[in-house]
Amino acid sequence: MTTRMEKRFALCKAEGRAALVTFLMAGDPDPKTSLDLIKALPQAGADVIEIGMPFTDPMADGPSIQAAGLRALAAGMSLTKTLDLVRAFRKADTDTPIVLMGYFNPIYVRGVEKFLGEAKEAGVDGLIVVDLPPEEDDELCLPALAAGLHFIRLATPTTDDKRLPTVLTNTSGFLYYVSITGITGAATPDYSKVAQAVHRIKAQTQLPVAVGFGVKNAQTAASLAAHADGVVVGSALIDALKNSLDAQNRATGTTLTAVTSLVSDIAHGVRSARKAAAE
Amino acid sequence: MNNISPNSFRTGPDERGHFGLFGGRFVAETLMPLILDLEKAYEVAKADPAFHDELAHLAKHYVGRPSPLYFAERMTEELGGAKIYFKRDELNHTGAHKINNVLGQILLARRMGKKRIIAETGAGQHGVATATACAKYGLECIVYMGAVDVERQKPNVFRMKMLGAKIVPVQSGARTLKDAMNEALRDWVTNVADTFYCIGTAAGPHPYPAMVRDFQSIIGKETRWQMEELEGRLPDSLVACIGGGSNAIGLFHPFLDDKSVEIYGVEAAGHGLALPEGHAASLAGGKPGVLHGNRTYLLMNDDGQIIEGHSISAGLDYPGIGPEHAWLRDIGRVTYVSATDKEALEGLQLCCRTEGIIPALEPSHALAYVTKLAPTKPKDHLMVVNICGRGDKDIFTVAEHLGGM
Repeated sequence: MTTRMEKRFALCKAEGRAALVTFLMAGDPDPKTSLDLIKALPQAGADVIEIGMPFTDPMADGPSIQAAGLRALAAGMSLTKTLDLVRAFRKADTDTPIVLMGYFNPIYVRGVEKFLGEAKEAGVDGLIVVDLPPEEDDELCLPALAAGLHFIRLATPTTDDKRLPTVLTNTSGFLYYVSITGITGAATPDYSKVAQAVHRIKAQTQLPVAVGFGVKNAQTAASLAAHADGVVVGSALIDALKNSLDAQNRATGTTLTAVTSLVSDIAHGVRSARKAAAE
Repeated sequence: MNNISPNSFRTGPDERGHFGLFGGRFVAETLMPLILDLEKAYEVAKADPAFHDELAHLAKHYVGRPSPLYFAERMTEELGGAKIYFKRDELNHTGAHKINNVLGQILLARRMGKKRIIAETGAGQHGVATATACAKYGLECIVYMGAVDVERQKPNVFRMKMLGAKIVPVQSGARTLKDAMNEALRDWVTNVADTFYCIGTAAGPHPYPAMVRDFQSIIGKETRWQMEELEGRLPDSLVACIGGGSNAIGLFHPFLDDKSVEIYGVEAAGHGLALPEGHAASLAGGKPGVLHGNRTYLLMNDDGQIIEGHSISAGLDYPGIGPEHAWLRDIGRVTYVSATDKEALEGLQLCCRTEGIIPALEPSHALAYVTKLAPTKPKDHLMVVNICGRGDKDIFTVAEHLGGM
């Protein structure tokens, strides 16, 4: 059976381009605006949507995503409401894959089986849980795969050839290559090194490889899209969102377009780095 | 599932870092190779007599160990029950038990060729100990400290600066110890090649909880032979305060298999356990969750969002607890209780007045429980309380609460 995720990456590959994967935090800056934003993403050029599950202690995230999570929590966001957000999105869009991304504690506290059942029912396609390395696969990865959800793993510059097979085992949907050692929204990666890393990973897996961390604009996205099957952008979108808010962190008339216009720009960048379809 | 008593309480963790349900390695992939390297390096060091010799030499000549086991005669008289002994880890160089662990980790960092040391600190005692060891060995030292704690523990901030450490006040989240730990982890994820993360308590991803416990176990090991020497037998009870729980596990661990020894860990009840955000007692008021690399009891809401604890003591003001304590609670080997801010202040004053020792606010929580427990015990009951830090750093906080004195 081909999943929504597999279809989408196959479609992008057939078009000879990388997929654009966008990240926004659920409930940022408030639940309603957040739903409007996420609904608008596919039209703006997003191929895959990652939705952050807010958490008080995001230990791998930089200031932008930390602040986004706190704004969402302050606006009353919760894991229950994040699942509601996915359900609401799915009413109008049954094609765009959705990945929930975050930290394990809210899922663990909710109950793994309960969460997986709800996520599948809501229309979630995959999970990225930052603080669950392969060593903890029993916790969520294996149950998620059994429930028919992709479990997308991160590989990093510290994932050497010896460790890579461990990371690839039980990874599904796509592999997320973190282009730098560091937190989200930090330094710009060294593109030649990223290209090497992507080739090294692709030699060991059939899975699409998406690259993220440090994608700021159309140009950086294009540089990565030339080498990878997908480009992930998060902090830059959240910065654009943040800059559109008023002094009390409330959405304004420009919030929606601030995000969608940047997504469109980056989508053009990704599409400009057209690759040979037969690669 | 955890109700079956094992043959020994001292064999944990398993090879994946679990103490029963608790512990583990819940970290980002970037850190996994580093944690595996650290685990290997520690296993090698642990098996190397030269490592132990070097650490023992430092403990004796640099830290001033063994710390005395002191009969608190007037406090014993005043409470009218158990014979109370203080394990005087506040007399260590730098004024707390933290140095025991730091020297172990810094020797390990040197073996691993790491030149840049990062640490988190709450009350500042771990930060001071880390800054001290880094100065001694000429290592770069960066200490992450919540901005709120920088304010309330000024004397320690100044000491760290004198010792050449760079202090980074953490403005994210609630700006206390948990946020300092988040920020230290973010630093480590960024600076993987040259950086060693010197964690200050018996928590975090495996192997930290076991490693920190091993380095702190010198407290309990000394207590065993010292009590044998003084009284010709083992103590009947042990009492220690718990934030992350490193001083407590250090005292407790060598006695876990001695069934006759009652063991009490004292959490910080702040303004009272009835107030969800008014205390830092994660065993009494929390539930199992995952934070900072391990599964343990955490203070959180129904959505799994971490609640900021409160304690008058910055060193106990942490919403989690070391995973081995979580396990020892569930299997029932250790009894966990709590003391409020007010009770701790009373314990502190009693200690000053009867023994001429100004304890830190952290062990004052243990003393507060001793004032309740000791009178219920016979006069031949030998009770050891760990005075894990001295009170100099807290004089402004105490003065504020006791009306300037």
